[in-house]
Amino acid sequence: MMNIKNLHAKIGDKEILKGLDLELQKGKIHVIMGTNGAGKSTLSKAIVGHYDVEVTEGEITYKDKNVVEMKPEERALNGIFLSFQNPIEIAGVNNAYFLRSALNAKEKHAGVKETNAADFLKLMRKHIEQLGMKPDMISRALNDGFSGGEKKRNEILQMEILQPDVIILDEVDSGLDIDALKSVSEGINRMKNGERTFLVITHYSRILDYLNPDYVHILQDGKIVKTGGPELVKILEAEGYQAIEKDL
Amino acid sequence: MAQEEVNKILSQEYKLGFSVDVEADTAPPGLNENVLRFISAKKDEPEWMLDLRVKALRKWQTMREPHWAQLDYVPIDYQSISYFSAPKKAPNSLDEVDEKILEAYAKLGIPLQEQKMLQGIAIDAVFDSVSVKTTYSKTLMELGIIFCSISEAMREHPELVKKYMFSVVPMSDNYFAALNAAVFTDGTFVYVPKGVRCPMELSTYFRINAKNTGQFERTLIIVDEGGYVSYNEGCSAPQRDEHQLHAAVVELITHKNAEIKYSTIQNWYPGDETGKGGIYNFVTKRGLCEGENSKISWTQVETGSSITWKYPSCVLKGDNSVGEFYSVAVTSKAQQADTGTKMIHIGKNTRSTIVSKGISAMRGQNSYRGLVKISPSASGARNFSQCDSLLIGPNCGAHTFPYLESQNSSAQIEHEATTSKISDEQLFYLRQRGLSEEDGVSMIVHGFCKEVFSQLPMEFAVEAKELLNLTLEGSVG
Repeated sequence: MMNIKNLHAKIGDKEILKGLDLELQKGKIHVIMGTNGAGKSTLSKAIVGHYDVEVTEGEITYKDKNVVEMKPEERALNGIFLSFQNPIEIAGVNNAYFLRSALNAKEKHAGVKETNAADFLKLMRKHIEQLGMKPDMISRALNDGFSGGEKKRNEILQMEILQPDVIILDEVDSGLDIDALKSVSEGINRMKNGERTFLVITHYSRILDYLNPDYVHILQDGKIVKTGGPELVKILEAEGYQAIEKDL
Repeated sequence: MAQEEVNKILSQEYKLGFSVDVEADTAPPGLNENVLRFISAKKDEPEWMLDLRVKALRKWQTMREPHWAQLDYVPIDYQSISYFSAPKKAPNSLDEVDEKILEAYAKLGIPLQEQKMLQGIAIDAVFDSVSVKTTYSKTLMELGIIFCSISEAMREHPELVKKYMFSVVPMSDNYFAALNAAVFTDGTFVYVPKGVRCPMELSTYFRINAKNTGQFERTLIIVDEGGYVSYNEGCSAPQRDEHQLHAAVVELITHKNAEIKYSTIQNWYPGDETGKGGIYNFVTKRGLCEGENSKISWTQVETGSSITWKYPSCVLKGDNSVGEFYSVAVTSKAQQADTGTKMIHIGKNTRSTIVSKGISAMRGQNSYRGLVKISPSASGARNFSQCDSLLIGPNCGAHTFPYLESQNSSAQIEHEATTSKISDEQLFYLRQRGLSEEDGVSMIVHGFCKEVFSQLPMEFAVEAKELLNLTLEGSVG
């Protein structure tokens, strides 16, 4: 689905990713774990083309193209979605209007009929209800004054409506109470269809109880140092990252 | 994000910068009593008007150009300006309006043929110094509403003009108001009689065409007891390397229970990125809520001019009267705007609302300047002010100068101000969802202006949105 090869990337003058290799498989859930500063968020930013990150070497191949050369919006229109760790607030921009514009942009790019306002509202209401969000999410400004949990649910709402193919969830579980964690996880599980690929970046095993990941990768000092199944999480939980380091 | 790309898109051309070749009667440059006589004669004015002009000129000659605003511009040489220019063929009806002028208005998207016009909007078109066409006057006349050029009003309704002109903005009010009083050439006059709600939007379109001329129009709107009118004005000018002066005066009067809603879309030529050319826009607008429960609401979208100096104000004299000011001011390229309002509370329980949105991009400088004054008599007065500034890019500026004077302890005054930048992170967020850079900026800017745009009549809100897109297309911080 997406193949990352020998990826080197820096933020400012500091090299963060140092030859990272990772193959994301179609229909699978990949989990990336690692200590603070290992490069997890830099990896997600590199994939979506965030302006902070400069890729200096290597490539990210997706749909036979090197996405490193694409603009952020082109990557998005081609199905790459990032659930932001800290979704930004944009005052005055209506949540529903924004999301419909994004959906229409995607539909236009795909050459299909654009969803009209009435159909969109129906769709949005359905998803809002499913995610246990308040109905006023339609009329409020984008993330403006949202609580941490509301922001994360809003990311999931966007994911469900935009129906992307590669989904990066950057600490989607941080700051969530149990109820929110549950509805966010349910949203993610609804998206699983054997085709979509997920890259879940997390510090905690909590969310993994809901998601049943296929692969777990340990990222350290800018490289993937270990790949395994869900059992890796158990080792980490019990013995910490030191156990992995010892093992290397 | 690439600043060059931003600047490239931002510096796109002004689309209304054409001029048409119309044979014109133009006064020689310079300002003296002979010029006033020339104007007065050309306009076939009554003698009393010429006397007032001369008085105003003498007053103006004793005054000095004000420089307290946050504006930096090449000094104006008042003797090099021509104070009157009119198309040679004076039209009496639409059939007689010069084809070229009709074409010019058609290019601006303003058809002057009544049958082609938007339903429910009557238009007065002012071309350089004269009103060339007022539509729907007859229809309105049946309701007792007078909608005509101010020159016509002087001849046909002298009692109203004498009574109200200079009653809200005296000729000695300020330097530019005095100048306007001396040389004003045309403008619009509206009178709405007692108990009449004007059933259509009234609109004036001001167009500067001739070179080296100034435009000095004067608008006077009176709404009698219980009446209502919604009035809109739009402006544009050809693209020229020299600066041109526009110094207008607008006076509004509402009697008991009457209401005026006044909307402006100002799109005079803004000049180029280096500050070359563009209109100097020095305008005095003031409304008097004379009667109790009356209301005056100003809405302005200011996207043009190289210099804007403008403070549409309300004098809230009648008890329970209401003043509103909603403004979006955009400065891009090398534009500078110093704009805001004055709310003067005199009557009891008077209320005012100020919502000002300033947007600066490229090298634009934007200042909000506002005064809220509560007189000793204004017990129970209330004001709410909100001034927000949005910066796009690193080279622009926003400034806020709020003045508060309260002489009545029962008054309630609230002031909120914010300054924000379109952040790279906001724009990135929108792009990550598939929106282009341009659409992203446009979305953020429109969100910022929403409160003001929602005050505009529908057709004008659409125009304002398009204009904003043109002015700011692709601007990124």
